[in-house]
Parts: sequence; C-alpha cells; structure tokens
Amino acid sequence: MTGAERIAAAFAGSGKRAALMPYLMGGFPDLDGSRAIGEACAAAGADMLELGVPFSDPLADGPVIQAAGNAALRAGATLDGVLEVCRDLAPLVPVVVMCYANLVFARGAGRFAASLAGAGACGLIVPDLPHEEAPEVGEACDGLGVALVPLVAPTTPEDRLAVIGAGARGFLYTVSVTGTTGEREEIAGGLREVVGRAAAHTDVPVAVGFGISTPRDAGLVADAGADGVIVGSRLVRIAAESEDPAAAVGAAVAELGEGLR
Amino acid sequence: MSAVEHRFGRYGGQYVPETLMPALAELEEAWVQASTDGAFREELDRLLRDYAGRPTPMYLAARLSEAAGHQVYLKREDLLHTGAHKLNNALGQCLLARRMGKSRVIAETGAGQHGVATATACALLGLDCLVYMGTEDMRRQRPNVERMELLGATVAPVEAGARTLKEAVSEAIRDWVGNVEDTHYVIGSSVGPAPYPTLVRDLQRVIGEEARTQLLEREGRLPGRVVACVGGGSNAIGMFTAFLDDPEVELVGVEAGGDGLDSGRHGAPLAAGGRAGVLHGSLSAIMQDEEGQIVEAHSVSAGLDYPGSGPEHAHLRDSGRARYVAVSDDAAIEAFRRTARLEGIIPALEPAHALAWVLEAGEGDLDLVCLSGRGDKDLAEVVARGV
Repeated sequence: MTGAERIAAAFAGSGKRAALMPYLMGGFPDLDGSRAIGEACAAAGADMLELGVPFSDPLADGPVIQAAGNAALRAGATLDGVLEVCRDLAPLVPVVVMCYANLVFARGAGRFAASLAGAGACGLIVPDLPHEEAPEVGEACDGLGVALVPLVAPTTPEDRLAVIGAGARGFLYTVSVTGTTGEREEIAGGLREVVGRAAAHTDVPVAVGFGISTPRDAGLVADAGADGVIVGSRLVRIAAESEDPAAAVGAAVAELGEGLR
Repeated sequence: MSAVEHRFGRYGGQYVPETLMPALAELEEAWVQASTDGAFREELDRLLRDYAGRPTPMYLAARLSEAAGHQVYLKREDLLHTGAHKLNNALGQCLLARRMGKSRVIAETGAGQHGVATATACALLGLDCLVYMGTEDMRRQRPNVERMELLGATVAPVEAGARTLKEAVSEAIRDWVGNVEDTHYVIGSSVGPAPYPTLVRDLQRVIGEEARTQLLEREGRLPGRVVACVGGGSNAIGMFTAFLDDPEVELVGVEAGGDGLDSGRHGAPLAAGGRAGVLHGSLSAIMQDEEGQIVEAHSVSAGLDYPGSGPEHAHLRDSGRARYVAVSDDAAIEAFRRTARLEGIIPALEPAHALAWVLEAGEGDLDLVCLSGRGDKDLAEVVARGV
C-alpha cells in the first residue's frame, strides 16, 4: 500500500465525523518522550499523526511550536532521530512528516524522500515549499509512494486553489486562518466557506489546521464539512506544561475524538 | 513569464508559506506597474532629491588614498538623510505600500538604519510603522531605537535565538503571514522571496549609477575596483549593478569575518563558500550545519551579523563576476578609527569592513568604495573596546 492509499484508508475508516490528526514535535521533550506521546495519541484514537521535524527558523509557526522545536534541537534532536521515532510509530498509525524546506534540500530531495519511505512515513508536509517550488520534491516523493501534501490558505485565490488541489497527494492541508500556527480565542469565521472552496477543487480529503484547539473547535470543523482535523499548538503546549506529557496529550486527544463523535 | 526575475542562476525563488504567495504576486504586479508609471517615478525622484539629498557626493579621500597606496573614492551614502543608503529602498517601498493601499508597514532591522529609514518614510507618508529588532541589537544600537520611537514607530523587541537580525527577519515574516491583507513588509536588504531581491536592487541601483557618472566626469575613467560591504547585500548590489557590463571593473563584496573564517564565528556565507540553502524565503549562500539547521552569525557590526546573503550575490560569486572576501572584527574597528583620524569621517562599522579591505589590499589603482552609512550609532560599541 502506498502512503497516499494508507492516508485515504485512514480518512475513510476513522469512524468519526472527521479524522483526527494530532501534531507532535519530534524530539520534544526528547526523542523517547516524543515517541511516547505518539504512542499515546495512537492509543487515544488518533487516525493519523503529523510528526514535526524541529528547525532553527520555522516561519509558519507561532511561539509554542517554535519553543518546542528549539528545545528539541537543544536536547539533541536530529532528522534521523526523528525518523527513528517515525519508524516506531508507523506500524501503529499513519505518519505524515512536517519538515521545513532547508532540511529537505540539505539532504537532497531524492535522499530525503528515500529516508521518509525507509522510516515508513506516508506523507510529507513542507510549509515553506509552495506549489511553484515543489516539483523536484514532489517527483521524488511520488516515485517512492510518499504523499507530498500541499497547503492552501484563506488568501489563496480560486485559480491557484484549482492548480494546487488538482496536484494534491494524500490530502489538502487547509489552513483555517491568515496567520501562523497557534491557539486562538475564537476559531476562524467562515470555516464552511474555507472548507467548501478547498473541497470544490480537489479529489483528496480536506483536512483543516492552524488555530484548531478544543473538542468544540474540532466539532465545528467537522460541521463545516472537513474530512479531517489537525490540532497542534494546544497539544504541544500540554506536552510542555505536563509532568507526564504522554498521558496528558493522550487524554486531550481522547477528548478531541469525543468532539468528533 | 514574469516581468521580474525570480531566479539568479539557480538562486532565489519563493520559499514561503502559501499564505504569502498571493501577496508576493500582488507586490510584483504593483512594482511592475509603478516602475513604468511616470508619476510614481517622478515622485520618488523628487523625494530622493529634495528630501533625502540625492545625488550624494563622491569624494576623493586623499589621506586614505595615501595610506592605501592608491586612489580611493568614497560614495557618500553616509550623507543621505537618516545617515545610510537604506532610505533609498525605504522611500520607494513605502510609496509602493501607499499605492497598494496598505496602511500598515512592518520592517526588520539589525543596525537600526533600515528601521530608522522605514520609520522616517512612514512619518513622511503617514503610515503606521512597526519595526522588529533583536534585543541584542537594541542594546548595541541604542540611539537608533530612540530615533525610531521619536519618529513615531513602534519597536518590537525580539528575544529569540541570538536576538539579532536573523530572528528579527523571521518575526517580521510571521507578522506578515498574519496581517498580509493590510500590511506591507518593507524588507531592508536584497534578500527574501522574489520579487524582493529585484525590488530592493532596483531601488538601490541609483547609488552605482550616480557614482559611475560622477567618476567618469571627474576622472574620465571607470574604477579599477568597486568595493562594498555585504550583509544581505543591498548597498553592494546597488553599487555593482551599474558596473556589471564593464568587465574591466572588478567587483568586491566584503563580508563580516567576525573572529575569522576558520573560527566558524563570522557572517560570511559567500566568502566561506558553504552549501546553498533556504533562509527567509530564498535559496542562496547561507551558514548552516550538516543537517540544514541555520547557524548563528557573529559580527561586531549588527548590520552584517546575518547568516544569509542576497541570491544575486550568490550568482555573481558562482559566475565569477564578483568576488567575496571577509574582514575580521578587529580589522574593521581599526579601519573605523583610521578613517576618523585620516578623513574626519566616522564610518559605520559595516562599511568600515570595506575600508579595511581597501587599506589592506595593497595593490590597486582606483578603488570606488561605498561608504554606506555613518558611524554615530556605533560609537558606544567601539568606545567600549577602547579608543
């Protein structure tokens, strides 16, 4: 089964109103800690995992994920270390790796894609690799059965959405807000329009992320017609604040799952 | 086909979050229209002349020439309003922001000169202005923080990482991702995603075009070498562009050598010749480790304390049209002092790197150096090291 097929099966078989994809920062608080968090997410009913690779200059991330990435790097996290965690989690749940472009290019698109495939990753998200810059990485991923998942934003115009949606693999990562990752007081307005616009332009599932925090938020995203919900900063914050990060994140993921029943 | 270069050889591109892509397209279109609109060009030229003080003088520095052993001309961007070449770019981009209907302007600053220039242009044009600045730079460039605040700008301290220029740029980009509808990001150097490297170059090329004309009038010849400091590289690309088609003119970019290239503590990605990488939206020469994590730069000069470089410079290096060298902190400070004593000119620490290279180069016939800014902002930092 290719990565894209495994992702499609996860969306189709979630048994919830929308599939739940928690984000965790690889190597945070350390490699073992992030593995335990990933296992707890899987046990708590996560349908997929988004596994972040820490980067020194994450332009799409707000303060919580920035801080976790910096802490992971200080604790010695490396790309190969995070991919080890991926290899351990992949049998439990489909894993999509989130990684900034420079780390991909430093290894080379072909070798990077091979490393992902070797670690059992189903997909790759590169938040600073827009459509125009993506062909090389996309071809390398396609050749190895790894889905290069594109992002669309509320600012993306219709004609551009059509091009990105048509080339999407795995799912269409639909950013709910004009901004970086992070918890917000209120979930973005116009969700139904954002989801509807994305869905109209692609054949793959639509998953919504950025600014989705609570079980109530997750339910609203499902109400808006999304196929999947991605929750990041709140879970990373819980991991940072808790004595037992895996248990605390697992409990939060279970609650998010309830919000999608 | 795009009307603005997105690539310089293999370098450049647009490595940014999707949220910003429409804004980059909007900026590019606005710039293409504005730059062919006679009224826009006229207003910018008028402001550059009547408000900023263009053309700036070109000065034969006699005592510095004697010390160097050959003629040294200085292009006096330090005499531009606000004390550095940065105003050429800030005025142009703020006019463009107003034309695009953006009421809010953000900028990053290292040495503070770009922040001051942007705050100045915003005061002039009635735009809201917020400037991101690392707290280490706020400490070492205190007078410029006070100037920005006096001009009505808000200075937002950035605590991340080494608390210098790299983090300030990252924070400005994040702000823009969240406020792209009503905000224009005035980037301060010839870096960032397309169209910025081209936009900034086109607004700074006036430096080299003036200098070329002035030197031809004065000496009836072109310089042997054009020398400029390079952080991101806006004053250097502004100088170099006018001479690209004069193969007999050597182009020399001087980067921050910090504690020395071998120490790893420097700001010289072009001279050090590392692998290309993506930083702040473009592919260029950068300082990074084996994995691709960005390495912190080190320089006594806040304006050169940056691990990236403009993509056009990386291309000029690879093509052999320009060469890039590094000058240490100590040599730059020595040149700062010597220029003050020899010429009665206190240069900024950034162009002091270019002056240091010229003083040490020995051979040469006629060097044209971009004195990109004045050094008042650096007095405390240099005095602390003992005059």
